[in-house]
Amino acid sequence: MSATIEFVIDGKEIQGQPGQTILEAAQQAGVYIPRLCYMKGLVPHGSCRVCTVLVNGRPQSACTQPVAPGMVVENNTEKVTALRRNIVEMLFVEGNHFCMFCEKSGNCELQALAYRLGIAAPKYPYLFPTRDIDMSHPDVFIDRNRCILCGRCVRASRDVDGKHVFDFVGRGPHKRVAVNAEVRLADTNLDVRDKAAEACPVGAIMKKRVGYAVPIGQRLYDHKPIGSEIENGKK
Amino acid sequence: MVASKTNGLKRVVIEPVTRVEGHGKVTILLDDKNQVQQTRLHIVEFRGFERFILGRPFWEVPVLVQRLCGICPVSHHLAAAKAMDRIVGGEKLTPTAEKMRRLMHYGQFFQSHALHFFHLVSPDLLFGFDADPAIRNVIGVAAKYPDLAVQGVMMRKYGQEVIQRTAGKKIHGTGAIPGGINKNLSIAERDELLKDLEQMITWSRAAVKLAKDYTLQHLEKLAPFGSFDSNHLSLIRQDGAMDLYHGGLRAITAEGQKIFDHVDYQQYSEYIAEEVRSWSYMKFPFIRTLGPEKGWYRVGPLARINTADFIDTPEADAALKEFRAATGNKTCNISMAYHWTRMIELLHAIEKIKELLHDKDLQGKDLVVRGQRREETVGLLEAPRGTLFHHYKVNKDDQVVMANLIVSTTNNNEPMNRAVQKVARDHLSGQKLTEGLLNHIEVAIRAYDPCLSCATHALGQMPLVVELVDPEGNLIDRRAKGM
Repeated sequence: MSATIEFVIDGKEIQGQPGQTILEAAQQAGVYIPRLCYMKGLVPHGSCRVCTVLVNGRPQSACTQPVAPGMVVENNTEKVTALRRNIVEMLFVEGNHFCMFCEKSGNCELQALAYRLGIAAPKYPYLFPTRDIDMSHPDVFIDRNRCILCGRCVRASRDVDGKHVFDFVGRGPHKRVAVNAEVRLADTNLDVRDKAAEACPVGAIMKKRVGYAVPIGQRLYDHKPIGSEIENGKK
Repeated sequence: MVASKTNGLKRVVIEPVTRVEGHGKVTILLDDKNQVQQTRLHIVEFRGFERFILGRPFWEVPVLVQRLCGICPVSHHLAAAKAMDRIVGGEKLTPTAEKMRRLMHYGQFFQSHALHFFHLVSPDLLFGFDADPAIRNVIGVAAKYPDLAVQGVMMRKYGQEVIQRTAGKKIHGTGAIPGGINKNLSIAERDELLKDLEQMITWSRAAVKLAKDYTLQHLEKLAPFGSFDSNHLSLIRQDGAMDLYHGGLRAITAEGQKIFDHVDYQQYSEYIAEEVRSWSYMKFPFIRTLGPEKGWYRVGPLARINTADFIDTPEADAALKEFRAATGNKTCNISMAYHWTRMIELLHAIEKIKELLHDKDLQGKDLVVRGQRREETVGLLEAPRGTLFHHYKVNKDDQVVMANLIVSTTNNNEPMNRAVQKVARDHLSGQKLTEGLLNHIEVAIRAYDPCLSCATHALGQMPLVVELVDPEGNLIDRRAKGM
């Protein structure tokens, strides 16, 4: 297992380990590949497609594609960034994302990614779907207006918490995160200390009564763009 | 003022009076001899905040509702936060939390009052109500009175910086949270604000003088201009001092007699009711015991100056005494006196900012308190434009299930209608309509600094259409600008 696998991202030579994904090897080398459904410690899902890179000219999700010798990967190029921008814009317009009063603002991966990608306003029409908010649980709430169907809560609950509180139901535009109870989150076995309660990259699954406790200026992405911690070698 | 029958009357419409926060229009009905028969200020925009916050988490409300406005969002932020304090049982704030909120609030008073006086109103006062609209605007002020224009900009900026350091952002911050505040004021932030403080105080003194001198020099014209007797309402501190952030409700008559005093605002609905009229989306509040005909009241700077026994900062209190001397120590019912009283409050706000910046409690670390949970709550404070009511019910799942907001401009609805009516009758009756004459109507509305004044004067671009229609509905005359 000690053999390294050499490949190239945007002209930079990277040494990966057998079994690593492109995203993991890049991260280890201080190269940030944008992502939303990927979360360290969870099985990669490859569903949001934000981490799409061009591998020898073909689009692949970096969080699921294992490294191979001699790969030529395009990551931070105008072509790939334009693709990611479209994906992120579509995530914005298909939900109800009101950053201006969302308590996740400043700590939200979707918002931070939009800033990093230079999205000022989406060019697609807003769909303004009718979605619900489930406040029944004493400590955690789901605001489905903000859900981007990344599935991090599903995997965290199933694989880390061993509970399977969340899963997807429905297809296409009707797809949504459901809970393992008739209707309400209160009737599930979710606990506020579960990994699933902190896995959400946006403001869809949130701990209650925290709100805006962190002042503007001290939030995660107030001063540095998302991914800079990887580029600075801190992760 | 309601015409007994509207058939055969000519209808003059000023629409919109504004672009911001309630598209307003004025309609004036004239008879064959161009005598004013009926006037109305209509607020025709429907906002719906009270509906779409239903179901939202209660801690979101102070940040969400401030989107009602971009001029004084801090008022809505703090009124909602005061309400939500009671939901978490944290209404007895720590000294740091209360003083941080007060600093934010005084910062807002300072910027909002400066904006209104220097940017929106000064063109009317400096050039005359019917001056050429090409110069009767803030650019005209900047050209002829550059020092004054700069002062206005810098004072507004200072107030915004106070807000930024207490709420995190100049507009739509997040500082106040249920039961407290999310930050204190660092020494570095305090020192930044101290730098320009003395200059701000100097300019505030000059602003009071400017408003006073203008009012006294033109008193003969201003005293009857859009004026009428009314009740007045505001919060008042326990000892009778003006208090913009907290206190009990006091209402007085046009002659200064108390209607009620030190009323706990949690019971506001036992004292205040709201009437709906078919022609406006804005409700008409009134004092229950007096009924809708006689119970309407004024709020804002003039009302607060009238209700207060004194002001607890020395220079503003001296300015109050000067004002009282000018009115013979009687309750003042002059609409145009709003400007002078607004500047007294500006001075009070900067004096309070100074007092707070030297208070070490602002560097305290005890920021939030929690206590006995409640399900119904009222948050109330004095916004720059007057008393602001936020009333909510929250269910056991932390969701808002009822919201009722009575915003400052709503309280002044009937008074603004009266002012329009008075000016129309005194100045428009029997006249050929000109832009200058129609601006008289807006000068009267503007005295109340309604939220809908925001756009009226900026850059002389107030969109305005006036149509004169004969009894058969034919268009006789039409004037338009800024459209």
